[in-house]
Amino acid sequence: MDPIKNKIQSTSKETRQDIIGKILSYSCIALIVIVVLSIFAFVASKGLATFIVNKASISDFLFGTNWNPIATDKAGNPLLGALPMITGSFGVTILAVIFAAPFAIGTALYMTEVASKKGEKLLQSVIELLVGIPSVVYGFIGLSVVVPFVRIHFGGSGYGILSGAFVLFVMVLPTVTSMTVDSLRAVPRYYKEASLALGATKWQTIYKVLLRSATSGILTAIIFGMARAFGEALAVQMVIGNAAIMPKGLLAPASTLTSVLTMGIGNTVMGTVGNNALWSLALMLLLMSLIFNIIVRFIGRKGRM
Amino acid sequence: MKTKLQNNIAITVIRIIAALVVLILAFLLGDILISGVPHISWHFLTAPSQSFTSGGGIGVQLFNSIYLLILTLIISFPISLGAGIFLSEYAPKNFFTATVRMAIEVLSSLPSVVVGLFGFLLFVVQMDMGFSILSGAIALTFFNLPLLTRNIEESLRSVPDLQREAGLALGLSKWKTVTKIILPEALPGIITGVVLGAGRVFGEAAALIYTAGQSATNINFGNWNPFNSTSPLNLMRPAETLAVHIWKINSEGVMPDAAAVSAGSSAVLIIAVLIFNFSARLIGNRLYRKLTATK
Amino acid sequence: MKKITKIATVIIAASAILVGCGKANSGSSSSSSSSASSKAVSGKITIVGSTALQPLVEKAAENFQTDNSKVSITVQGGGSGTGLSQVQAGAVTVGNSDIFAQQSDGIKASELEDNKVAVVGMAPVVNKNVGVTNLTMKQLRNIFTGKITNWKEVGGKDQSIVLINRAEGSGTRATFETNVMDGQTAAKSQEQDSNGTVQKMVSETPGAISYLAFSYITSDVQALSLDGVKPTDANVITNKWKIWSYEHMYTKGKPNAATKAFLDYMKSDKVQKSLVKELGYLSISKMKVQKDSDNKVTEIK
Repeated sequence: MDPIKNKIQSTSKETRQDIIGKILSYSCIALIVIVVLSIFAFVASKGLATFIVNKASISDFLFGTNWNPIATDKAGNPLLGALPMITGSFGVTILAVIFAAPFAIGTALYMTEVASKKGEKLLQSVIELLVGIPSVVYGFIGLSVVVPFVRIHFGGSGYGILSGAFVLFVMVLPTVTSMTVDSLRAVPRYYKEASLALGATKWQTIYKVLLRSATSGILTAIIFGMARAFGEALAVQMVIGNAAIMPKGLLAPASTLTSVLTMGIGNTVMGTVGNNALWSLALMLLLMSLIFNIIVRFIGRKGRM
Repeated sequence: MKTKLQNNIAITVIRIIAALVVLILAFLLGDILISGVPHISWHFLTAPSQSFTSGGGIGVQLFNSIYLLILTLIISFPISLGAGIFLSEYAPKNFFTATVRMAIEVLSSLPSVVVGLFGFLLFVVQMDMGFSILSGAIALTFFNLPLLTRNIEESLRSVPDLQREAGLALGLSKWKTVTKIILPEALPGIITGVVLGAGRVFGEAAALIYTAGQSATNINFGNWNPFNSTSPLNLMRPAETLAVHIWKINSEGVMPDAAAVSAGSSAVLIIAVLIFNFSARLIGNRLYRKLTATK
Repeated sequence: MKKITKIATVIIAASAILVGCGKANSGSSSSSSSSASSKAVSGKITIVGSTALQPLVEKAAENFQTDNSKVSITVQGGGSGTGLSQVQAGAVTVGNSDIFAQQSDGIKASELEDNKVAVVGMAPVVNKNVGVTNLTMKQLRNIFTGKITNWKEVGGKDQSIVLINRAEGSGTRATFETNVMDGQTAAKSQEQDSNGTVQKMVSETPGAISYLAFSYITSDVQALSLDGVKPTDANVITNKWKIWSYEHMYTKGKPNAATKAFLDYMKSDKVQKSLVKELGYLSISKMKVQKDSDNKVTEIK
């Protein structure tokens, strides 16, 4: 055999490296997908049992307003109206993100465009610290600071969607901010340079160039923030009041999917209607974040065009 | 002139917002530290906790939190590194990739209780791992993966393509280019991801109640054989972390000094996060300097 | 990267070995405990359930293990529902519960063996500034059904009542409803799960009312007397104060030697006379009356 021919035809060291690399990264992603799928399957099998085994109707679940898994109505069906919790979850999440988005974008712009190196570092550590405060502590500060504040300045008992949104606002702020910073940094430098060279002011550059080209990144940051807000339980539970009734406004006690889920799961027996209904709430939570994801992805794609 | 004015107003608004965020944190930190720091003493940091008498410490819990964090990072970092590399370097632009991305994002929105119960039923009961630090670390990995993966992908992506082209032009394989050129360059961003993830791990309670458990068994700090059940390194012992401890004493604590222990623990937790962030950044910067040509 | 994979492999291998070891241990121990008739018991006991009972069992387990070094006991919370379902499924040795298994939906109580280890008294509590220290049982019921909404209707200040109920299905709520509500449904209101949070909320919210286990009633909140009877241990013992319940430790069928030894220890004077009291519970041996799962009270002779 010709050694040169042999060398050319056999796979090179580089190709082999590349194959190993591909295998490694593909298997990592496969592992994550398997984890996600198994959690999905797990939650779905438990959550769907309410409708399959316990014969609750899906439309009652989605639009009913009477949540009382222990009792049954006259026809013998369990009372599983989850609308109050769905409304509560949407309420706090959207409100929290509405509060948080301007702050997050402002802070991110300050870090990337305005601040000196020192100021940027300071804010970076501020954000990292905010993430590290456990939700229980947020809850207790909420209970002793936010609830009285809302009670005195807005009225009501202080427990309600508004208080929940205030607490969540602080909790999602770091997630949204740090991801917004990432997407602003990812905007190519020459975009900015070109804009400034055309004589645009800093603000015009930020507004017309930076924010526009980072839109999809910022939207993703916001979804992640919403996701965090949706899933948060311990802190919200302490300030929202936890009443499974349709919220009568931002100041009346309400409940979220997670708060009802967290509180009830330890007190119900596995396999019973009450327990299955809680898993349906968990499934609902998953589906809702999935829908949000799809919507925002759609918007993001349009924005980029 | 109008644009100039507009510019000044806008920049001022941005400054005010940033200042407000700093103020919020200052308030939170002040609240936690002022009420907590007076309770911190050497005894508090090292003594075992008490379930109903005063004078308990948080020694075991503090160690558990740190150990659990390290374990979680050991499990989740390689996986998310691989996944991050896949998403930024190899992923084809198709439906499959989009689905994977969405799956990861949905994973991060799972409520901690659900992950906790999933972990409980699967690891603790089914796989017979018991309430253990290992079950806890795997459950926490679920939280850490999406955050870390996204962050790694993002930081890899922010490395200019010029670097990739240069690597390939030198005849390096794509894999070598990624691991030897792109990865070191993206290191600071990755460290940020690790630090943010660590904060979440430190603060997580709901998922751990059902997996790592909420009791701190006596451990013997003189015994470093990981296979002995009293050893601090044992993976199969139940391990209450600081955040779980705070949750527990606040919800059902009957010791007379519960409020003080809770405040002290919160302060210690914050300080631990601070120290971890600082050292991660320091090590990251050292590594960055060593691996790249930066001085 | 290679290093990382190596480390990961080592860890996975190590953990696999550990799991194996754990299994081997528990296997050998159960065989030894079943054959052992001697005093030294050994084995692994996993106890899960009620968060309220957890501190007591945890402390007792700690003391028990110093005398019986071969027994390893793990005590975890998770709620009464979790405790009952896991002990029924055979996943844990003992399930702690605040309520009778008979009262819990989906539990076959006949399969479980009840061990009552303590008595817990509960009392309605209000915010200190409402100006009420005594209510009749009927007034209390009307407050919780939502018929009375202002404190002035029961002789207090002109302030609206903020109702804080306990979590649906929790032991505290079940006890309160069977003894106070007399079959009526409570108004939908705020709910909270843990004693600690409720205590904090009641002390900080003007006009708030809820109920707590005796050990959580501090000077921050005002405990109410009912029909002139004060919520004290002495009144619980004779059933003059009606709102009380047992703390249960359920096993599936007959417990093995180690578990039995521990449960006996829980009921012994060593625990009942010191720990139980220190944690604010009432000793089971002191009770002059007993309750069954249908809430029927009979005197102990």
